[in-house]
Amino acid sequence: MKHLLSPLDLSVDELDELLRLASDIAADPARYSECCHGKKLATLFYEPSTRTRLSFEAAMLNLGGSVLGFSSADSSSASKGESVSDTIRVISCYADICAMRHPKEGAPLVASMHSSIPVINAGDGGHQHPTQTLTDLMTIKELKGGFDNLTIGLCGDLKFGRTVHSLIQSLVRYNNVKFVLISPRELRVPSYILSDVLGAGGHEFIEVERLEDAIPELDILYMTRVQRERFFNEEEYMRMKGFYILDNAKMKLAKDDMIVLHPLPRVNEISVEVDNDPRACYFKQAQFGVYVRMALILKLLEVDLPC
Amino acid sequence: MLNVGKLENGFVIDHIKAGKCMDIYNYLGLGKLDCCVAIIKNAKSNKMGKKDIIKIDGGLDLVDLDILGFIDDNITINVIKNGVITEKKTLSLPKTVTNVIKCKNPRCITQIEQELDNVFILTDEKNHIYRCKYCEEKA
Ligand SMILES: [Zn+2]
Repeated sequence: MKHLLSPLDLSVDELDELLRLASDIAADPARYSECCHGKKLATLFYEPSTRTRLSFEAAMLNLGGSVLGFSSADSSSASKGESVSDTIRVISCYADICAMRHPKEGAPLVASMHSSIPVINAGDGGHQHPTQTLTDLMTIKELKGGFDNLTIGLCGDLKFGRTVHSLIQSLVRYNNVKFVLISPRELRVPSYILSDVLGAGGHEFIEVERLEDAIPELDILYMTRVQRERFFNEEEYMRMKGFYILDNAKMKLAKDDMIVLHPLPRVNEISVEVDNDPRACYFKQAQFGVYVRMALILKLLEVDLPC
Repeated sequence: MLNVGKLENGFVIDHIKAGKCMDIYNYLGLGKLDCCVAIIKNAKSNKMGKKDIIKIDGGLDLVDLDILGFIDDNITINVIKNGVITEKKTLSLPKTVTNVIKCKNPRCITQIEQELDNVFILTDEKNHIYRCKYCEEKA
């Protein structure tokens, strides 16, 4: 049985197949509306993440299946001290597939070791969040037609942002992808990614401090939030915060076909005025997130697809 | 050099980095053994200047050589039979090590899940890097 614990669990070919199915679903969701009739998805959320949970639940409901689960540790048996391995053995009796969110890193792997149903990692601490990466990849593929020969700018907190690290690790598997890493010095991409992933593979990348300087050459701008508490001092934060806020003035410098992505929720790093720009694609991205989760559920459950 | 009695049958853990013999004593659980164990600190070494040595009066099955390879793969083992060295063993890096060290990452599932083995996997042989099976934190 297959699980999805890390974005790199899928080979390029498997990923291609999954994204092709997601794309078919996006083109005609109604065709898939009965595929999971009688199947149940358990959402085991040991910490709240409403958006991710609802995205999974919407995906299963769109497929004609049903959902059950809990949305925080205190409404679950975890508050009574039950182990992850015991919980999953019980849930395996109730549901056909599960999505697990857990503050402890590696919890979904532990679950998969004891599970008789497929386990999807819906985020484990600062470790992995593979369905976010699948969402990002589907969005890029749908809106840019593929991954080769793209210049992608990653902007904001590149040090702690696990979605950024996973996206880099996924995109280096394609040809001639250029990375522009836009962040304050304190929040640069960790050195192991620079050396082991980008450097070792000979991928082209540059690090810059101001979004404004980098934006004209980008095909994709992936925005993340810069949190005040990540800065060493308030003065630095005040000096730099404007560099990482996307507004209409900065959008004027960008290509006409650049797309703006964001894993959401946003706070103030994308000014609301940008939302009406046709290049702002972060809400489309949320829609693609549902389609790609539908495709993932279908693949992991190995259900018959409508012909 | 100080002579600690000649070993007739047993084995010698040689080329231990000076000062590390007690760590190895503890990792291998030598304190629990009934047989005679000799620890020599700061012995002269041509190769290393100073080194530590442990002599054990018993069979190789008393210790887990994988653990030893994980701690320091420069260590060598000499097997002694009837007072002479019959075999010299070098150590290799084990692919996984279980319950030798604990994951230090406070956000790791091993910190809370009961009876979960601490497993580290060799992810970079050249640089001797082991990572936690669960959270991928470096050892
Ligand atoms: Zn760990």
